[in-house]
Amino acid sequence: MAATTTAPPRPAPVRPAGARRPPRSPAAWLRGGGLHNLVFLLPLLVVFGVFSWFPIVRAVLMSVQETNLVTDPTFVGLDNFRHVLADPLLWTAVRNTLYFAFLALLFGYPVPLVAAVLMREVRRARGLYSALAYLPVVVPPVVAVLLWKFFYKGGPTGVFNTILGWVGLGPFPWLQDASWAMPSLVLAATWAGAGGTVIIYLAALTSVPPELYDASEVDGAGLWRKVWHVTLPQLRGVLFITLILQVIGTAQVFLEPYLFTGGGPNNATVTVLLLIYRYAFQNSLGGDYGAATALSLMLAAVLAVFSVLYFRLTRSWSTS
Amino acid sequence: MTLLPTAGARRRRPAADDGDRGALSAPDWRRPAVRWGMGGTHVLLLVLLVVVGLGPMLLLAKFAVTPTQDILRTPMAVFPNGIAWENLERAWNDVQISRYFLNTVWLALGSWAVQLVVATTGGYALSVLRPRYGRVVQALVLSTMFVPAVVLLVPLYLTILDPPLLGRSLVDSFWAVWLPAGASAFNVLLVQRFFDSLPREVFEAARVDGAGPYRLFWSVVLPMSKPILGVVSVFAVIASWKDFLWPLLVLKDPAIQPLSVRLPAIEASTDLGVFLAALAIATVLPVAMFLAFQRLFLRGAGLGGAVKG
Repeated sequence: MAATTTAPPRPAPVRPAGARRPPRSPAAWLRGGGLHNLVFLLPLLVVFGVFSWFPIVRAVLMSVQETNLVTDPTFVGLDNFRHVLADPLLWTAVRNTLYFAFLALLFGYPVPLVAAVLMREVRRARGLYSALAYLPVVVPPVVAVLLWKFFYKGGPTGVFNTILGWVGLGPFPWLQDASWAMPSLVLAATWAGAGGTVIIYLAALTSVPPELYDASEVDGAGLWRKVWHVTLPQLRGVLFITLILQVIGTAQVFLEPYLFTGGGPNNATVTVLLLIYRYAFQNSLGGDYGAATALSLMLAAVLAVFSVLYFRLTRSWSTS
Repeated sequence: MTLLPTAGARRRRPAADDGDRGALSAPDWRRPAVRWGMGGTHVLLLVLLVVVGLGPMLLLAKFAVTPTQDILRTPMAVFPNGIAWENLERAWNDVQISRYFLNTVWLALGSWAVQLVVATTGGYALSVLRPRYGRVVQALVLSTMFVPAVVLLVPLYLTILDPPLLGRSLVDSFWAVWLPAGASAFNVLLVQRFFDSLPREVFEAARVDGAGPYRLFWSVVLPMSKPILGVVSVFAVIASWKDFLWPLLVLKDPAIQPLSVRLPAIEASTDLGVFLAALAIATVLPVAMFLAFQRLFLRGAGLGGAVKG
């Protein structure tokens, strides 16, 4: 504190854009509060440096190296990438991940939209509706998966099979059958995630200008035309954002296949991230870290396209 | 981003028809067809939401106190052979859920503290102090948002195995979870943008009164930032409570693992009724937090779509 009180009052840090100050001596830097700036930035620099920037650089290096925990890494060029691309399981994993993403869109994209548009019209206890919709999101994902795994139990005494049995359906092999497993996973994942999307839509719906509805009524538009020509176009931006978020999220799906089925039955639920996990961590003696990072970088390259789209969209949003 | 400071103002607006209307107008609502049609739809929607949103939770609560034999034979019968309160007690004591629960709380508290320190000090430096190299730092922080978490998985794990300068592995230490949690570009950005929106005149007045950068941070900026600190705190605690893969990798010792890692591990070896009681216990705190801070949760979730970036 003593150092700061003797220092002259610092000029306002806000300076005209493009203005460059002349280089300063270390003493001037210290007097100008340079040390304090560094003290405040230190936690950020250390934590990001060690746990974010350094590992990102290291990922790139490791993808062209043979890494194990005993000897120094050796440069192997693109061998890791070749090794991964030659793995027949990779294409199964890519197919499964795309299938998961497709089903997640099919189940999880229209339902929150319809629910949110309807909930916007609720005039009493709207909070109750949103709270109920959001409740599954606050259940810890591991608990949700383990609970659903129990609900999905095959045979006539499973919870879902019992309920469906009341109306004469089933019993269904939810997780045991290769063609049933993936839709079952997606159903559980949709239950756990849809509430968040509903809330995002509801927030966007409150910012639809009421004048637009007023104007369309003057033109004689009915409910459906108002929804189709006013509500949905106004939601275009947020619809696109949730789409990108969902793609980025589903491309990295891990928890559901890992805990529900472990990738089975017959590799029907092996996803890309599960494959990365297997490369790196399944072998307790030390994994194939090169292959794991190579595959994660390839996945990241695909996702980067979506991230850039997302970033541009949200930025143009927040400035408008 | 201007959303945050104005969120309070928006809430104060009366929920009456004018200014806060959906697709249906007041005259629309006076038409019987709309009244009954939409009203019926809303009742149906409410029933659906109760069944889908609350139903599984209620089932979990029921199974948590149902004897295992009844769960296995007749899962949907309502307590045919009485209630087994001892499931909860056995889960808490015999299966040591109490210990894992405490581990989870510790992990959440530590991650919360690290995230808050990094985000507030970093956000303060970047927004208020603005050193010359601040722009570079900010660009580097921002760039991490384009790197999906999966890229970090393996190299971060190796960093934890052999961290720089420390000389010993961080595996099986809570720091292995706490410290990486702080590297959240989202938090830094959220806090920094909020600091940006604070009135500069107040800072100037404090400086004229002789407040140094530390005093300004602690006595002026932080007290003015309670809303955003609340949002970051809720995000931090919830994210930590949900985390599974990372603690699974770096916390090998069962004695210090959180619930999310222990629950799948004990699944096979635990009596079903007791296991479901354990699941119920793990759900209680997040749900209670949600009910207590509902507005904060829902506002934060709504922002999630619009604020990032």
